[in-house]
Amino acid sequence: MKLTGAQALIKSLEMEGVEVMFGLPGGAILPVYDPLIESSIRHVLVRHEQGAGHMASGYAWATGRPGVAMVTSGPAATNIVTPLCDAYMDSVPFVCITGQVPYKVIGTDAFQEADTVGITMPITKHNWLVSDANDIPRIVREAFHVATTGRPGPVLVDVPKDVSNQTMEWYWPDKVDLPGYKPNVKGHPRQVKDAARLVMEARRPVVYAGGGILKAGASAELLQFAELTGIPVVTTLMARGAIPDEHELCLGMPGMHGNYTAITSMQKADLLVTLGARFDDRVTGNPATFAPHAKVIHVDIDPAELGKVRRPDVPIVGDCKVVIAELVKAVRAEQEKHGRPDLSEWHATLREWQQRYPLTYQQEDGGPLKPQYVVEALRANTPDDTILASGVGQHQMWASQLWKFKQPNTWINSGGLGTMGYAIPAAIGAKVGRPDRMVWAIDGDGCFQMTAQELVTASAERIPIKVAILNNAYLGMVRQWQELFYEERYSEVYLSPDLPDYVKWAEAMGCVGMRVDNPDDVVPTIEKANEIDDRPVVIDFRTDYREKVYPMVPAGGSNDDIILGPEFGEGGR
Amino acid sequence: MSVPNGVTHHILTVLVENKAGVLSRVAGLFSRRGFNIFSLAVSPTDDERFSRMTIVVDAESAPLEQVVKQLNKLINVIKITEVPPEEGVERELMMVTVKATAEARGQVTELTAIFEAKIVDVGFDAMTIMVAGEPEKLDAFSDLVKPFGIVEIQRTGRIALPRLARQPTRLRAVRTARA
Repeated sequence: MKLTGAQALIKSLEMEGVEVMFGLPGGAILPVYDPLIESSIRHVLVRHEQGAGHMASGYAWATGRPGVAMVTSGPAATNIVTPLCDAYMDSVPFVCITGQVPYKVIGTDAFQEADTVGITMPITKHNWLVSDANDIPRIVREAFHVATTGRPGPVLVDVPKDVSNQTMEWYWPDKVDLPGYKPNVKGHPRQVKDAARLVMEARRPVVYAGGGILKAGASAELLQFAELTGIPVVTTLMARGAIPDEHELCLGMPGMHGNYTAITSMQKADLLVTLGARFDDRVTGNPATFAPHAKVIHVDIDPAELGKVRRPDVPIVGDCKVVIAELVKAVRAEQEKHGRPDLSEWHATLREWQQRYPLTYQQEDGGPLKPQYVVEALRANTPDDTILASGVGQHQMWASQLWKFKQPNTWINSGGLGTMGYAIPAAIGAKVGRPDRMVWAIDGDGCFQMTAQELVTASAERIPIKVAILNNAYLGMVRQWQELFYEERYSEVYLSPDLPDYVKWAEAMGCVGMRVDNPDDVVPTIEKANEIDDRPVVIDFRTDYREKVYPMVPAGGSNDDIILGPEFGEGGR
Repeated sequence: MSVPNGVTHHILTVLVENKAGVLSRVAGLFSRRGFNIFSLAVSPTDDERFSRMTIVVDAESAPLEQVVKQLNKLINVIKITEVPPEEGVERELMMVTVKATAEARGQVTELTAIFEAKIVDVGFDAMTIMVAGEPEKLDAFSDLVKPFGIVEIQRTGRIALPRLARQPTRLRAVRTARA
């Protein structure tokens, strides 16, 4: 069967099981948009290529399947650089197709030419420039394989216009042949045994669960391991929901804005069972003073993470799901011989910290609306399996701290790159992938203004997401740092609550817009929003600009020095 | 130039897929992780699908482990072998054009003979000499011809292979068990 390169590309995507893609056409990708008309693949037309990339990423977070975006060459390719970098930092499986100027004019500074492969080399797991249409099925197959196996990540396939128009003989490769790519999935049995021994010896152990748990689909195994051993679990920003927050062994989020107990449990631990986490600086603070008494078991599918920041006592290269299951077996065997270690003293200590140092805020009657109250009210008035997306900043931290996650893969945010404006496109992608779920975005007013135009996409494509803007009229996190570390010298952080008028803006984009100033109106407005299912909803919550995110460990500081906040007096330390 | 005295260096021989852009991926990774590539030689292997890169890096800046692990993650990288300088055989090739007027020509020719180098081109007042060998030998030669005036110098960057065993392989495990 003779096909054009463009037809082969669409057919290859269909063969990979792609149901939906996000994109925006243009010159160099025109040939590929033509066969898309007959394709079974749903295309969501975005308003800016950055939106396409984050939508693909949100789709991948929510479904576990690779997200796909397709855009043209030059400025479109550079517009999607941020989502690629974001997905690279957060290990999100994302396949990006870009158009390119004809192969024979590459290097001549042609119209809308950019060295897309060169630009994206450091922020993709791998990328390909297609030089012959006959390579398309093989390359698409390889691209999906690389994006979704091992440590997942973004890949990019750059397709020159003449290659799209070239005729080829269709085939579908029955296997992938990449001699330099063989991810190790199964943990080394001796290492697993050593790890089990450390687990048996520990009296103050903590499971340090990272995003790798969710990528591996290992929530059930994590729960089993925690319950078998009685070891409490901290869930990083990337792993929120990996174990339900209401589980007695869940300590919540550690790190810069983690809760006291989660942070301190690691500082006092004698063992960190690190599962799919990478000792990010936002978790460790100053690595030299992080968890100083702890031995470290480190399980990760990426060998480069083992020893990158902290030298593990027992490194295990492997997939979390597989390795944790093996670890459960090994620990069970040890427990049958030696009994289960008594951790009751450790549990009691943790319980005492949780009671003494809870997350707190005060919502006064008739006082200004507290952002934390909005987050809690949202959680209390949405279904358990609601998917929550967030942008980056104070609102993200409040959402992560206070939302009680009940299921895995219900939390979507930009962790590693910290991309402002992530929430709205990510929520749209998630809703496309999981139309059965309620999808809320908690966004800041600064973030909202970066990508709000994608609400036009959501309205036009009937993707009914709900957006809660925590509008404090400031770039709040920056303001917080200026207040705390720059002697309240506020520089370029004020945004104004009314400019733009978020309600009118929402309405102009085909959404329902609502505004809440008063704590009493929070719940009724959320209820009203929940009833709307035919278009997106935006609620402008006017929140108290003075509110800061606590606890806080200042950047580069020791995790022993936690600023707890004003409720705890004396600077809150 | 060889690696300056006192600076430890590492030699990596990296087997890569022979595809467009691979050199850029490898070189980019070194610079992103803060490593300075001291010299780099790329050549085809007996299997046309693969090329071999010999990369010399100064290892003062950070431990090499992380960069080796990151290199291993590149899809086009098949295999990496680290050759510690004392366990490898290193060779390099240099061509140097030296000013050699009629009266100096004899002395330059003499040096060339001592170094078992080869005169590959002779001009009116200059000669081009090819020297092969250990990088230190190349350094010595260029030092010695410097007073005559070096017009141009070109080095390939070193290539290396691990030293071979001098004794038959012993069954160490068996011996240890008996002891």
